[in-house]
Amino acid sequence: MAENKEFWRWTEYSWRDENKDWRGAAIITAGIDVGSVSSQAVIMADGELYAFNNTRTGSNSPDSANKAIEGALAGTGLTLENINFIVGTGYGRVNVPFAHKAVTEIACHARGANFMGGSEIRTILDMGGQDCKAIHCDEKGKVTNFKMNDKCAAGTGRGMEVMADLLEVPITEVGDLSFQVEEEPPPVSSTCVVFAKSEAMALLRDGWKKEKVLAAYCSAMAHRVSSLLDSVGVQEKFFITGGIAKNRGVVERLEKELGVKAVKTKIDSQIAGALGAALFAKTLFEKQQAKSVA
Amino acid sequence: MIANYGYTDGSGEYYIAINTDDCLECPQHLCVNACPKNIIEIIEDDYDDLVAAVKDESRKALKYICADCKPSSERPPLPCVSACPNGSLSHTW
Amino acid sequence: MITAGIDMGAKHIKVVILKDGEVIGKSKISTGFDQGASARKGLDEAGSQAGIELSAIEHITATGAGRKSVPEKNSEVTEVGAGAVGTIRLIPEARTVVDVGAEEGRGIKIDGAGKVIDFAVNEKCAAGAGSFAESMSRALEMTVREFGEISLKSEKTIPMNAQCTVFAESEVVSLLHAQTPKPDIARAVCDAIASRITSMVRRVGIEQKVALIGGVSHNIGFVSSLKRALNCEVIIPEDPDYVGALGAAIIAGERKTNG
Repeated sequence: MAENKEFWRWTEYSWRDENKDWRGAAIITAGIDVGSVSSQAVIMADGELYAFNNTRTGSNSPDSANKAIEGALAGTGLTLENINFIVGTGYGRVNVPFAHKAVTEIACHARGANFMGGSEIRTILDMGGQDCKAIHCDEKGKVTNFKMNDKCAAGTGRGMEVMADLLEVPITEVGDLSFQVEEEPPPVSSTCVVFAKSEAMALLRDGWKKEKVLAAYCSAMAHRVSSLLDSVGVQEKFFITGGIAKNRGVVERLEKELGVKAVKTKIDSQIAGALGAALFAKTLFEKQQAKSVA
Repeated sequence: MIANYGYTDGSGEYYIAINTDDCLECPQHLCVNACPKNIIEIIEDDYDDLVAAVKDESRKALKYICADCKPSSERPPLPCVSACPNGSLSHTW
Repeated sequence: MITAGIDMGAKHIKVVILKDGEVIGKSKISTGFDQGASARKGLDEAGSQAGIELSAIEHITATGAGRKSVPEKNSEVTEVGAGAVGTIRLIPEARTVVDVGAEEGRGIKIDGAGKVIDFAVNEKCAAGAGSFAESMSRALEMTVREFGEISLKSEKTIPMNAQCTVFAESEVVSLLHAQTPKPDIARAVCDAIASRITSMVRRVGIEQKVALIGGVSHNIGFVSSLKRALNCEVIIPEDPDYVGALGAAIIAGERKTNG
């Protein structure tokens, strides 16, 4: 019997800036993004990125939020009590037990992208696990227009997981493999993951290689999200957040279709929402303090 | 902000777009009572503004919920759109 | 006069052969990757059942999503046109036709002659078609038939949150983990498809009597949910999945006669 591998699975991990010490910071804030597929916790010291954790969302939001914050706190010597303000965001934002406030993921992604990609970012595409968002923002990272799709799996990480499982390709290798084709095949049906899956099975039966099917699927996905972006318009500079931002199979095809390159950063694209939440937390905490002084 | 509530699926795009900057100027919020399916509410958004929004539970089923207001031929004006004095509400389909 | 209609569906190919208006042969086969070869196979099977050579067929009209891929065809007709003509032949009093196939759903308003007055289509999304029930029955580890049957044992209405088939699969799994009885889940799924189909049909206006055609008519759970959602009687003809092919065969006859 074939081994039952989970090809969609990606590595959960924590990161910490070893050169920083939170003890010298005046304000410590945290953002928790409980998404439908992944959860992140970001800790910021005086508005600078200090530590984060990226984990798979479990069956309930409070546990996932706890797991993420514990992962980010681990090894720092920080405890929850040291954090001045915590903002929850994402699909499970109202179920983060230790958060002081909930902010929508749209506002947080815009704020996070503004931090990660700079104040010139005007258009953000967030390709999440179960949704896809096109956002416009101003130089402060404030949302001016947004359109999101969370009803349909086409154009989401979940759709890519379905395909990775079907083709038995680890999800992190999808991007590179999709370029191992002699010629770019036409995209599969970009409209519905269910139909794309049956189309992919038919193509495999017809002798297509996995790489070619992946290429066809990646370009269908690029096409799908580009039509969401087109409906709000792409103003430069352009930034991509979410898990799919790590999949060059989709990103490069999307850039080609749009004729626009996305700004790249070394910070993990999946933490944009939690990072934005931590930034909101800082603003909210400062407001609160200003109020109590006055 | 232009807030687009709704979704895209294989059959098409179904969004209700609300220009919340205009919405701020309007204290009556006539759209809320105009909708026969009661899907519009007033919320405090992320920037502390009181604005109209499509209820969370309705956002994924607009094509079905709004279907009664949209017969396929001889379309009457939409109640929510005509109720808004600022013209800040529109449908994409 | 001998004519044939071939309905190239997403899952199955259906063929009906008519001789002077009477059905003399029919076939239903799975749609293979090579649609042209599958079409030929379907025509051959129906032909041998009718006891005729394919060359004896004077006009072949193709319908369905894959209608372009039939080398033998003389003409084409849309699924809407074929469904309307086929339905009025079997159920003369029908004024609204609900057609639900594996990957598409349609609501068609017709007059007494089977002429299309208005129609609405849901395609390119699995949520409003047969594939939805199929995926969910797989998640419950049963056949679509069993799935339809057990849904009738439930009297509970559980709303499904997920619209997309992919997300609904996860929802069904969570419902199972939460010990929700399988009949209740099955009914929730049937209700979900029925409610999508109903709101689509409402767009054309529901006029009685309502006929249901297409492969999903075999799912008794869906039929029961649809009756509840439409709040009226639903007539299902014999062989509901062949109605499109029958309509195409009738249209083939008209086209042959009128040149």
